[in-house]
Amino acid sequence: MTSALIDSLRKGNRLALSRILSQVENGTDAGIAALEELFLETGTAHKIGITGPPGSGKSTLVNALTRELRRREPEKKVAIIAVDPSSPFTGGAILGDRVRMLDLQDDKQIFIRSMASRGALGGLAEQTEALSQVFDAAGYGFILIETVGAGQSEVDVVNLAHTTIVVDAPGMGDDIQSIKAGILEIADILVVNKADRPGADQSVSYLKNMVEMGYARSINNRNHHLEDFHENPVEATPSADWIPPVLKTVASEYQGITELTNAILTHAAHLRQSGQWHAKDQAAIRTNINHQLIAGLLKDFHQNVPAELVDSLVEKAQKRAISPNAAVRDLLAYNRNNTVESSE
Amino acid sequence: MTEKKIRVLIAKPGLDGHDRGAKVVARALRDDGMEVIYTGLRQTPEMIAEAALQEDVDVVGLSILSGAHNALVPQVIANLQANGQTDVVVFLGGIIPEDDIQNLLDHGVYKVYGPGTDTREVCKDIREAVKTKA
Repeated sequence: MTSALIDSLRKGNRLALSRILSQVENGTDAGIAALEELFLETGTAHKIGITGPPGSGKSTLVNALTRELRRREPEKKVAIIAVDPSSPFTGGAILGDRVRMLDLQDDKQIFIRSMASRGALGGLAEQTEALSQVFDAAGYGFILIETVGAGQSEVDVVNLAHTTIVVDAPGMGDDIQSIKAGILEIADILVVNKADRPGADQSVSYLKNMVEMGYARSINNRNHHLEDFHENPVEATPSADWIPPVLKTVASEYQGITELTNAILTHAAHLRQSGQWHAKDQAAIRTNINHQLIAGLLKDFHQNVPAELVDSLVEKAQKRAISPNAAVRDLLAYNRNNTVESSE
Repeated sequence: MTEKKIRVLIAKPGLDGHDRGAKVVARALRDDGMEVIYTGLRQTPEMIAEAALQEDVDVVGLSILSGAHNALVPQVIANLQANGQTDVVVFLGGIIPEDDIQNLLDHGVYKVYGPGTDTREVCKDIREAVKTKA
């Protein structure tokens, strides 16, 4: 059953890995078969999501962070999946994140893969999780997932990453921005990058206030102080909540990267000790199954229900003879019983 | 939905720092619906081949304005082949003297484009080359 390509991947052949990534990304039969097999070998990688608004320095931070991770844990390979948006009009894309990752080109233990979002709206591409599974199976210990430049609600990465880093830059907004729902809520670690710019301290203080408001209840049994990451990774206590630290970096100058790396490794230790690693893994698998279930059910539905019936109900709804709600009820009924039992 | 996207790496080998041409071509390919990976300035042939491998591209477009094309282009192609990427279409744009073109084509370059090329022609050529390759 196993293809020659998968054998090569297991032997560490990087071209085979790259080819399988393409097959999986394109959803070919070979890609689906490869993923079914490779998934059974996943579950060891630490997946780290990096998100934040366009221009906050995500790619540059990934560049610096990857070098530090390789230095700190040289036995672990690092994969980077960098997602950029596809044009809604032509489907084309410019994938430019590699331009900021030029320091990583000489290290064969690092693999950078650019991905176009291909119409997906949550900050990732449809197949980003699948690609991360291929890297996991191929023995990459750290997988960094960089989202498209995210606004307030592109939060899909949190379903996929063990550790989510939200990157902001000085001057992006005031304290009311920071208490809105959405992207800041998903952070395990908050980073104010470009911290050599004016306004950095103010951004840090906004974000710290936000964090402290959210965790007021548990602030007394916190597992660390917000500035503790100058030391080596601290031992996390299993009972305590994780309180997102707010860190300053200047990624282009490699400033603050040691502290950020400490925070990431501490977070991983916290997840493992508190049982949340297991819980997150299970949640990600459940989400994955649900997504595929929805797609599969929709496909079944369209195979089962004649397109003409759908068209006729669309027309009725357009004439305001029925509501879209009623149309859906009729379609689902047809799908169950294979007959029209109109609710008119 | 699962129509395969053409993936193109646009790279600038060598030392010249003028990447407007490369960016214009990258943009034109994007507008033609391709996925274009841009790698930035001053890349060695090894770096370009490595990026092409990691990105599993169908096409590599090189832009050279420095005059070093006779040295750099064969090296890029040799590195691609050494990595096993023998089926990648390589095209070249920039300031390339007429007399050098045949030699580059002999080394495996698919086409050479000079200043003033209609970008629609480049898009069309790439689509054809990728189709015949598949």
